[in-house]
This record gives sequence, C-alpha cells and structure tokens, in this order.
Amino acid sequence: MEKKIATRESYGHALVDLYQEHKDIIVLDADLANATKTAIFKKAHPERHVDCGIAEGNMMGIAAGLASVGLVPFVSTFAMFAAGRAFEQVRNSIAYPCLNVKIGATHAGISVGEDGASHQCNEDIALMRSIPNMTIISPADDVEARFAVQAAYNHKGPVYMRFGRSAVPIINTNADYKFELGKGIVLRDGKDITLVSTGICVSNSLLAADILAEKGISAAVINIHTIKPIDTVLLRQYAEKTGLIVTVEEHSILGGLGGAVAEELSEIYPVPVKRIGVEDVFGHSGPAAQLLQEFGLDATGIASKVEAFYQERKRK
Amino acid sequence: MDNVYLKKLANELRKNIVTATYHAHSGHPGGSLSAADILTYLYFEEMNINPDKPRWINRDRFVLSKGHAAPALYSVLAMKGYFPVDDLKTLRHIDSYLQGHPDMKHTPGVDMSTGSLGQGFSAAVGMALATYKADVHYRVYALLGDGELQEGQIWEAAMFAGSHKISNLTVIVDNNNLQIDGKVSDICSPYPIAEKFAAFNFHTVEVNAHDFDELRTAFKEARQWTEKGMPTAIIAHSVKGKGISFMENQVGWHGKAPNEEEYKQALAELAAARKEIK
Repeated sequence: MEKKIATRESYGHALVDLYQEHKDIIVLDADLANATKTAIFKKAHPERHVDCGIAEGNMMGIAAGLASVGLVPFVSTFAMFAAGRAFEQVRNSIAYPCLNVKIGATHAGISVGEDGASHQCNEDIALMRSIPNMTIISPADDVEARFAVQAAYNHKGPVYMRFGRSAVPIINTNADYKFELGKGIVLRDGKDITLVSTGICVSNSLLAADILAEKGISAAVINIHTIKPIDTVLLRQYAEKTGLIVTVEEHSILGGLGGAVAEELSEIYPVPVKRIGVEDVFGHSGPAAQLLQEFGLDATGIASKVEAFYQERKRK
Repeated sequence: MDNVYLKKLANELRKNIVTATYHAHSGHPGGSLSAADILTYLYFEEMNINPDKPRWINRDRFVLSKGHAAPALYSVLAMKGYFPVDDLKTLRHIDSYLQGHPDMKHTPGVDMSTGSLGQGFSAAVGMALATYKADVHYRVYALLGDGELQEGQIWEAAMFAGSHKISNLTVIVDNNNLQIDGKVSDICSPYPIAEKFAAFNFHTVEVNAHDFDELRTAFKEARQWTEKGMPTAIIAHSVKGKGISFMENQVGWHGKAPNEEEYKQALAELAAARKEIK
C-alpha cells in the first residue's frame, strides 16, 4: 500500500488511454481542467477537449447535444457543480432522454480539504441516485478508476463517476482484478460484521478491519464500486452471513451508499445497518487527512465506530 | 414555395394547434400560435430534413427550447408526415407518445427533449458544435421564448456560441412580449434583445414573425453569416395567440385550452382567414 494516486489523476490518464481505442469520445471541462485532470487529455488531444468556461449547466446541455449526434462526451467539473449546480440539466437534458453522457465528477467529499464546505460535496450520490437511467460508479483506487472509465464508456447511457482530490493507496493489486459494473467485490472475508465501503474510504475500511481483528472481531470488507445499480445479491449474502452491516463513505449518511444499502436490505433481508459518513453537517477547511480523522473516516475512527456498534448489538 | 402556399400551411398548422389543445383539455395555445409561421417556414422551406428518415445523421436539427409550444411542433411534424395528423388529438393523453413537452425518445422528428426553459438552447449549441468535431454536416435551429431569455443558462449558451463562432447555429426568439405572469417587459425585461445577442457576438436580424418575406430574408442572411463565422439571432416580433381573435395578446391564453364553444369559433375564424389568403 505504499504508492498513492488520486483517482482524479487516474481519470485523466484513463481518458487518454480510452481515446486510443475510441475516437468518438470528446472531453468537456468548465475551467477546472488542471484540477479535474482532463488537462492530461487536453495536452495529448487538444482538438478533442472543449473548455466550456465557468458555466456547468450549459456544459451539461452541450454534452447532451453532442451525445444526440453520436459522440460520447466525458464532462468534468467538481462534484459540487456537476451534481449540485447542474442537477436539473443532468436530469432533464441528459438522463430523461437517456443520452450517452459520462460525467467525471472530481473533488467529492470532505477530502477536498482546504477549500472548505462550499466545495466539499457530500450530497452528490444522493442527488444522482434519485435520477432514473443514471448509473453511479465510485472507484476506490487508481486501478479501479481506470477500469471504471472503460466500463462507463462501454455502458450505453448516462454515467456519474465520482473521483477524489487526495492521493489514495492502491489496494487492487491482484493481477486477476476484474471490474464488473454492478458487482461488489469482497476484499476480505469475515464472520462477525461486514463493512460495506466505496471510493476512497475502502482502503481505510481495510485498515479498520485489521484493527478490529486485533480486538477479536472478524470483519468482512466489501467494495461497492457501483452504487447504482447496487449489488443486492452480495449485500443479502453478507447480511445473512454476518447479521450486521456497517456502511463507510465520504458522503452524507443521508441518501448515499448507507442510504442505498439500508433501503435495499430493509426490503430483502433486514439486519441492523450502521452508517458511517458525514453526519448531516457541513465540512470546513483543513488538511484532508485531518478532516477525515475529525469526521471519523480514518482507519482508527472507522474501527472504533464499528466496534462500538458491534458491542452494542451483541448485548441485545 | 410561394407565400400563398406557406400561408395556407400556417393556417392549417393553427387549426391543428387549437384542435390538439382542445382535445388535450390543457396545453399552451398562445405561444404555439405565435410560433406557427416560424415553424411553417422552417419545416416547409428552410430545413434539410427527410420525414422518412427521422434519424438521418446529416439532417438539419431543430430544438424547441420553448418546449411548451409542443402543440406547434407536433402539428408541423404531423403535417410533414412524421406521424399521423389524427394522432394530434391524443396530445397529453395517458397512452400517447405526444407528451406535454417534447420527448425525443418517443416522438419521431423531435431532435431534443425540452420543456425546462433555458436548457434546449445549450443542447442546440452542442449539436452545432458536433459539426466541428465529427464528420457530420447540418445546420441547427433553436426557437426560444422571450420570457425564456430570463433564464441565465440562455446567456451561458449564447456566450459559448458567440465565443466559439458556432456559425451554423440560428436562434429565433419568439418575441410575443407575454409570459405566464404578464408582460415580459413588466416581469423582468429582457430588452433590448437584439443588442444583447449582438453583444454576445451574434449577427442579429429583427423581423415580423408573421411575414414570410421577412422570415425568408432573415434565414438567407443567417446562411451568409455562417460563411462569415458568426451565429445569427433572429428576433421575431410576434403576436401571442396570433390568428385567433380572442386569444391574440391575451396573457390568459398562455396555458389554457379552448372549450367547445371557443374551439368552434377558432375553427370558424381560421376557415374565414383561409378564404382570404391570396
């Protein structure tokens, strides 16, 4: 786990790779190319990169128009502006006509860090999840992010990809790693409790499982890279197996991965679900690592919340 | 196509608009009637389209950014043969493919789903941009309402189109000066409209929206400005409810369907007007 790469960086490189095979892609940005890393693509293929300026709603509409003609636009800005500001353009101009637009949203969650609450989007999964026709991918590391971009291209219809600002460890180091849209990945098996995580929180969830093991708690760790459609088969399997579920995400505990898991399990196999995430508050400025620690999303914080939940449920 | 023929088609189009909204018991006749002559000119004279091949890649595109004028768009599409004219009577019905606002997935000839104001124009800009990025060749037309100009996204799209010299794009503003709550000039004035588009690097033309000679001149001019590298904005001065005496310039007819008595009167007025066409 030594090497760290931000998934936004992976996204920029993946676009360059994708264009080698698929000349129908076109990349749009809204004056954030250096931050979203579409600048990597722009440098390689300037004629296929369009900077729309600071006008995210219009950028989504332009993408819809391009897609209606058969091009495959990859549209990038911060999650705050892609899912937040341009929500209705995404809903009405892209998702309603089911146009083949891929949204690469970077700087999701509190790990945006120093920019503070105005730029820390903890609501994007909830917003995008509510839109029909929308697929949501939230990759955990460099390897997964690159596969996610390819998978998003292969899928016909709108896709929302969620990338982070901060560098994260590479956890998917197995040579036989396989990305299947809609399929969760069991990264670690366990029998007492299951940690269901997504995005940049997956690596810390794995570390948390190590801490829990030292305390005699056997925790499974599942990586849900596709939040919509979610892998209900795997969720049910581990709900049955461990009887307790904890969701871990860098997103509000309302409407995100935790919301999705709780909704699905309450219908098909109700078990107690503890949601770890941003607890209905705004973030603030600070270094990403310190913020994750403060919000209990570092390995120690996750482990202590899981342990408390486990002990509490065991008593009942 | 001579003006007499176009006027007869526009008269027929107006008949279809009131028929569709009458059978729907809802819908937007006022802004459909103000756009009737513009749509007649676009579909019967200006645009390179083939109703037998509604998905032909090099067809000219039309985006009804003021999507509530769907009765006008559906009527002209039916008259062009994209679907049966009789289906117009199913507008807004529960089992109909003619949705309250245009739905490109289910209605032949509709190039973009619209209805949420301000958004169609951006999609039109994207379609026009595609001709610079892929091996496709066509012109793009977008029809905007004047109230719709209050949406900020319109000016985002205009700034992009002007800045990037998207010159195969022609935007037409149906300037009937009325919106749901009153006169656009009272609610939140978009005036001066032509000057605004000129400031966003568009070539601009002001015309009478109900005069085919003026429309012809304006659209020809737009093609010339394509060569010169500028998009064109045609500010079309129109009358809301045009052609039906009791609907003309009446804000109340923005989003209300005629009852049976009103429908019969509208048809009688249009029949009388048709006899006068020469």
